[in-house]
Amino acid sequence: MTPILAPVATVGRSTLALLAAIGSVAIFAARAVSHLLRPPFYPRELLHQLLHIGWLSLPVVGLTALFTGGALALQIYAGGSRFDAQAVVPQIVAIGIVRELGPVLGGLMVAGRVAAAIAAEIGTMKVTEQIDALVTLSTNPLKYLAVPRILAATLSLPVLVAVGDAIGIFGGYLVSTTRLGFNEAAYLRNTVEFLETWDVTSGLIKGAVFGFLVALMGCYHGMNSGRGAQGVGRATTNAVVSASILILAANYLLTELFFTA
Amino acid sequence: MIALTDVHKAFGSKQVLRGLTLDVAKGESCVIIGGSGTGKSVCLKCVLGLVIPDSGTITVDGQDVTRGDRDAFLARFGMLFQGGALFDSMPVWQNVGFRLLRGAQKRPKPEAREIAVEKLRRVGLTPDVADLYPSELSGGMQKRVGLARAIAAEPEIIFFDEPTTGLDPIMSGVINDLIREIVTEMGATAVTITHDMSSVRAIADKVAMLHAGKIRWHGPVGQIDTAEDPYLRQFVTGSAVGPIEAVR
Repeated sequence: MTPILAPVATVGRSTLALLAAIGSVAIFAARAVSHLLRPPFYPRELLHQLLHIGWLSLPVVGLTALFTGGALALQIYAGGSRFDAQAVVPQIVAIGIVRELGPVLGGLMVAGRVAAAIAAEIGTMKVTEQIDALVTLSTNPLKYLAVPRILAATLSLPVLVAVGDAIGIFGGYLVSTTRLGFNEAAYLRNTVEFLETWDVTSGLIKGAVFGFLVALMGCYHGMNSGRGAQGVGRATTNAVVSASILILAANYLLTELFFTA
Repeated sequence: MIALTDVHKAFGSKQVLRGLTLDVAKGESCVIIGGSGTGKSVCLKCVLGLVIPDSGTITVDGQDVTRGDRDAFLARFGMLFQGGALFDSMPVWQNVGFRLLRGAQKRPKPEAREIAVEKLRRVGLTPDVADLYPSELSGGMQKRVGLARAIAAEPEIIFFDEPTTGLDPIMSGVINDLIREIVTEMGATAVTITHDMSSVRAIADKVAMLHAGKIRWHGPVGQIDTAEDPYLRQFVTGSAVGPIEAVR
């Protein structure tokens, strides 16, 4: 190959590798979804994952929402004062939290906590032959390990987003009423009257999609982990990075779909 | 009972199995020996369907392993993995009774626990081990738990992958004796892969030596010390000098 063609070959190889990875993830996702409705089911595993992914993520999602709501109120107040529009703080905090920041930050925080944990756990199971052992014990690893995690994350994230929304709005309320001089009753009335059902629902739908992506990436990278500690470490990193990027990309697409039609 | 015929398997450019042919009769204890990286584990994994061969046929009781009901097929097998492969998220008794707690062989939980405790006792572990987690056990105890799990559902065929690796000579002897006793008692067909010649002598009815992806020599265990094959001789004596390259 002539030196002048080498960069083209590199781009070609990278493109093929990317397409192969997308195809592989798509097949994995389709297989996982196809198992959602087919027995055997593992309700105890599902409950365990609901606890692990949903309940145990509450503190991190709640704290993120609380501080973000507070910071958002300060920023909107400072920005709004440039054109004498400080009064819009309750409305903008509410819409910003429920439509965007609640689901996106909740999704990213859960990606950091859960995708990493899932990839590390399943990756370790793979390198220690526990996944092979499952097969020899007549248990489908995809059904036993991936399906309960994907289902639990898809069900948990909307609940986490709803709780995060409420805490985020509370954070904005707390800062606005204690630091910026807003009236408590007026702040709450403005928030409640301004928000529409679709604002909240769209955020919850985003949460469900992000939950699916987080668990999918954790399971996919865990199941395809390389050998040894290095392989598991790489799978964990890839799971968090790919889940985060997919969340941000999916957020844009869903926002386009929900609010520009 | 188990027949592998002209099985080939490569991983990328590395050809691991190059026409492996091996028969294991019903009730026989066959031990496959060979150096590291010669494809012993791949051979077992091909039978179980964990690795798909590139070519060749594998049958169990004349039935192609790639066809038919997979769950029913796997229900006939038990396997002891090299590292134990115990599920570290569940206590010992649930590991042993895994098959009895779900799927076609599901039993009520108290009954599954009772069977698990009985199997633990069979491999020399006391009932108080049942509620410990695998990470709380020594290497030898983990092997015994793995053995108890392999026999819990009373399989017809049991595979042992390096059953004594990492154990001291006394614990190796204990595991070897247990395997021999259990296989004889259950009338199971057993295939063991090992480097350990003391395991070979304790467990085997028949020995097959795998080299360069093929069976180099096979015969009754009583003939391994008198066989003429230079590869087998070198392996049995553990000599660094011989036809098998020391650096692989």
